[in-house]
Amino acid sequence: MIDQRAVFLTLVAMGVVTYLPRVLPLWLFASRSLPPVVVAWLRYVPVAVLAAMLLPSLVLPEGHLDFGWHNLYLWAAIPTFIVAWRTRSLFGAVVTGMALVAGARWLFGIP
Amino acid sequence: MKPGKVVSSSALRSSLLRGVTRALPIVMGYVPIGFAYGVLATQAGLSVFNTVAMSVVVYAGSAQLIGAGLFATGTPALSIVATTFVVNLRHLLFSAALSPHLKGWRAGELAIFAYELTDETFAVHSVRFPTGLPSKAEIFALNATAQLSWLIGGWFGAVVGGLIADVRPLALDYTLPAMFIALLVIQIRARLEIVIAALTGLLAVLLTLLGVGRWSVILATVAGATLGVLLEQLTGGRLEEVA
Repeated sequence: MIDQRAVFLTLVAMGVVTYLPRVLPLWLFASRSLPPVVVAWLRYVPVAVLAAMLLPSLVLPEGHLDFGWHNLYLWAAIPTFIVAWRTRSLFGAVVTGMALVAGARWLFGIP
Repeated sequence: MKPGKVVSSSALRSSLLRGVTRALPIVMGYVPIGFAYGVLATQAGLSVFNTVAMSVVVYAGSAQLIGAGLFATGTPALSIVATTFVVNLRHLLFSAALSPHLKGWRAGELAIFAYELTDETFAVHSVRFPTGLPSKAEIFALNATAQLSWLIGGWFGAVVGGLIADVRPLALDYTLPAMFIALLVIQIRARLEIVIAALTGLLAVLLTLLGVGRWSVILATVAGATLGVLLEQLTGGRLEEVA
């Protein structure tokens, strides 16, 4: 049985170490002009961080490289990419990806 | 009531509505993942109160799932806090990347905005902000809707934890990967960005395989963005626009 008071205190500390990196750059940088090279660098962050979070989740969903046909995360990503590229629609791409994964699981009985 | 007042209150309402609507793809992902978190956290021995409290105090999906696992195995508090710090350090980059768009915001507004800055709200904002900053009402409505759906999903999972519903037949577990794909594609405006996305993604895979673990996203992102600036300097621009 874990001590719920201790859990709560741990949560508060987790909250503090999570919040500081979220707020400090905004507080420090939003009020001043940054050097152009820093602004240029920051412009690449969204593309880079999305790719860094996405690609591992597609090719190693269970923590190891998986190019097998049952890795639906990877194969459904291709039509999802195409729909996103053609339509520029967030919703359309999400529905495409989910429909493909749900459909393939149902058709082929993939767990 | 003066006519002008009516117009501005309906403008406010449509801003709020737009924020809520734009949060819906996030909500579709947060409810089932929040539900899964709620189930796991209560199974790890957290009370319903603490399960929901973590969604309020920490509010960071992957860190909460990892945290629940660490509580379950009786990991010392200091180690849980340190892991949370590393897992969530990427928010430093999100916060810095959005900061040029939020000039003129008051410290208190930035503080509230920062509290609800997640992978998903960042991804949506980082696509939208460069095309013209939406109203504060819309931005805060989007963030609040996302967090509310996370709270509700987590609370529901904590309450009905015993009856684990399988979310896989509906592919709800694919909502967020699909959303990241779309946001990445929408984000890309220049050919060089395709190169950077591909290289950064491959580097993250490589680092993960090398066992770098939680640091791989941050390290790959820093390397990728740096390479982007270097190539931009070498080629004298972001190369042709593709979209």
